[in-house]
Amino acid sequence: MSSEVMNGARLSGEANPVWDEVTGAVASGRRFAGLFGTAGGSGGSSPRADTARPEGLVLSAHLAGRDGVTVAEVALPATATSYPALTPRLGAAFWYEREIADMFGVIPQGHPRPEPLLLPQPPGRALWPMPGEAGGPAAIEPDPRAVPLHVVGPGLFTIPHGPVRSGVVESIEYLVETPGEDIPHLNMRVFYKHRGLEKRFEGMTAANGVLLAERVEGTATVAHALAYCHALERISGTAVPWAAALVRVLHAELERVACHLDVAMRLADGAGLAVATARFGWHKERVLRLVSRACGSRFGRGVVVPGGVGRLPLIGAADLLAEIGRLEKDVTADVGALMGTASFLDRLRRTGPLRPERAREHGALGPVGKASGYSDDAREFRPYDAYPSLGLRQPAPRSAGDVLDRLRVRWDEVGQSFHLLRQVADELAEGPAGPLRADCDVTGGRAVGWAEAPQGEVIYDLRLEHGRITRCRPRSASFHNLVLMHELFAGDILTDFPFIEASLGLSVAGVTR
Amino acid sequence: MWALRGLRDGVITTRWPARPDPYAAAGRGPATVLDAQPAYPPGEAGEPLERLCPTGAIGSEERADGQRTVRLDQGRCVQCGRCVAARPDVFGWSGGPAAAALWREGLVVPEVTETPERLEALRDGLRARTAALRRSVHLRHVDAGSDGTEEWEILALFNPVYDAHRLGIFLTASPRHADILLVTGAGARGMAEPLRRTYDAMPDPKIVIAVGTDAVSGGLASPSYAVAGGVGAVVPVDVWLPGSPPPPFSILHALLLAVGRLPARASEGVGR
Repeated sequence: MSSEVMNGARLSGEANPVWDEVTGAVASGRRFAGLFGTAGGSGGSSPRADTARPEGLVLSAHLAGRDGVTVAEVALPATATSYPALTPRLGAAFWYEREIADMFGVIPQGHPRPEPLLLPQPPGRALWPMPGEAGGPAAIEPDPRAVPLHVVGPGLFTIPHGPVRSGVVESIEYLVETPGEDIPHLNMRVFYKHRGLEKRFEGMTAANGVLLAERVEGTATVAHALAYCHALERISGTAVPWAAALVRVLHAELERVACHLDVAMRLADGAGLAVATARFGWHKERVLRLVSRACGSRFGRGVVVPGGVGRLPLIGAADLLAEIGRLEKDVTADVGALMGTASFLDRLRRTGPLRPERAREHGALGPVGKASGYSDDAREFRPYDAYPSLGLRQPAPRSAGDVLDRLRVRWDEVGQSFHLLRQVADELAEGPAGPLRADCDVTGGRAVGWAEAPQGEVIYDLRLEHGRITRCRPRSASFHNLVLMHELFAGDILTDFPFIEASLGLSVAGVTR
Repeated sequence: MWALRGLRDGVITTRWPARPDPYAAAGRGPATVLDAQPAYPPGEAGEPLERLCPTGAIGSEERADGQRTVRLDQGRCVQCGRCVAARPDVFGWSGGPAAAALWREGLVVPEVTETPERLEALRDGLRARTAALRRSVHLRHVDAGSDGTEEWEILALFNPVYDAHRLGIFLTASPRHADILLVTGAGARGMAEPLRRTYDAMPDPKIVIAVGTDAVSGGLASPSYAVAGGVGAVVPVDVWLPGSPPPPFSILHALLLAVGRLPARASEGVGR
């Protein structure tokens, strides 16, 4: 593989110099946005059947900045069984390197906790699906007895919470270690619902890949489809027509409003505010219905296609504008009431704080980062589609980093979204001329695409050969942010748990893929 | 203050299934084969129609008279609309909430073989099992590898617009109190054991509803090392509900179908 396929990509056989480069870039202001492996790629070497990875392994680190997302890469030889870990130098790589170990069977030397992150397998069997390499692995057989327990000390016990939990929620297991009320430590087993989607991408056509991208994290369907298509359009050099760029923003912002209303609903439910829960549930339903009136699907599926959008909204511009206006009025009124309910605010204030230094260090994404004074909103810093031409209203700065500020950030974003939606509806009312879709034929190449989902920035690293996907790595904001949950329980007790979990607003599907 | 706010917009709850609801009727179901398709139509430039579908839902069958007919397995349909866009003369969207079937083959359109006896037998069997829980049912949900949208749609049943409580349908945390198990997702292998344990913990009579195309067949996530290709491989499914995801009205329809409570009018198109 050559390094010129990507702007700024560098390839080296040695890990340490590349890690120097990565930590140097982070020190000078770039954000560490992920690390993932790809089997194969050490071109030239003859395939060997006796190693786990007959064609070697390439580790790719993503670095986000104002100029886009660049990649620094390490190519490990086929014989390598370990490499010097990045985590001791850059804590944000913690989960990424454990995942690489599980997916490829290579050991990050010096990692503080090199245990399986994906499902533990019975002894003698390894998972190692090795995305990027031809052929699929055998079906996995998770070992149900292999539960990590780290309870030490008198009176401490573990409350296993999940994977089947009360309510209608996605599967995840929290192991709350507690002496009774405080939560000194929290463990998570996240990958119960791992679907192996990275292997599923392989061999798909570019057009079918967008269907799978929409289902990686269903509640952020539009953002994932956008990030995927942006990668594809970057390879082919396609410019998206103006009308399509507007429709994309329309659906991306409706999705954001729906997700934030969902978080508000869960927080209100946690506090036992029945009417508030019902009101925000109703508003959310109205948004989903508006989306289905516009495109036929309640989650905006099928809207985003490579090179543009499938069609103009099925709903008239005047209707759209009127409904957006009604929604904004009703939501704003209920937000005012909610944020004036003292008993509710008491539950949120100083709950689950994330210190600003930690948010910056980790590169916390979306509302979680913004509430701790760290914003790297892709719509603002790496704008795409119609965002460069539309005004993104600047919200008030927040830095308390608690559940309350995370909710305030969400309301700020909902305000921004309505502002954008009104502009888009106005533009659409003028009946933008021109095509909805530009040619986007890709036979081969590689690029990184990004989009700001309601949870934070989504990144797709996409590689094609002969018109087929050879590697597609979706990195949802949920994956990057969820690891922070370990740190949010300073002084908080068991009854704060639902608030802290809801305030992150993450989707497990996006984490486990 | 919140009490007054709750009264502000009057009654916003649907009266479906007792009364028709325009949003229920307008809902988009899985793709279907349009009526006047007696024979397998030629594809464009010899391209077989099967190639239109990314999940392999489209197939064909040779009839006794030697002609081939199109078959579409709605249990595999992810509602991408490729077939409808490419061949609007052959494929269209099914509409309304009635998307669920009582057996897996019942999702294949047009119906493979007319077996009203089997359908009646299934319905009678289900009716006998559910007689005790007709007016009050408790649901337990398990996510076995969904994309997150099915959870939103199930939860929507309890917002004031659908308000499933008015029909005596409640959520319960404990499987010991549950009558119906709603399973979403493609059957992730990591969730097989927790799902089986939840099912085993439920008292008889119990009903399992596979919610969504992923749960029915694995959808786009299947085949894979990590999923079983639908939840039917893990627990015995009574009601199959396709959709990616199925909208709340379809889930409500499947629930009422499971407990035999669909009024005559709402059950139009349920005969499968």
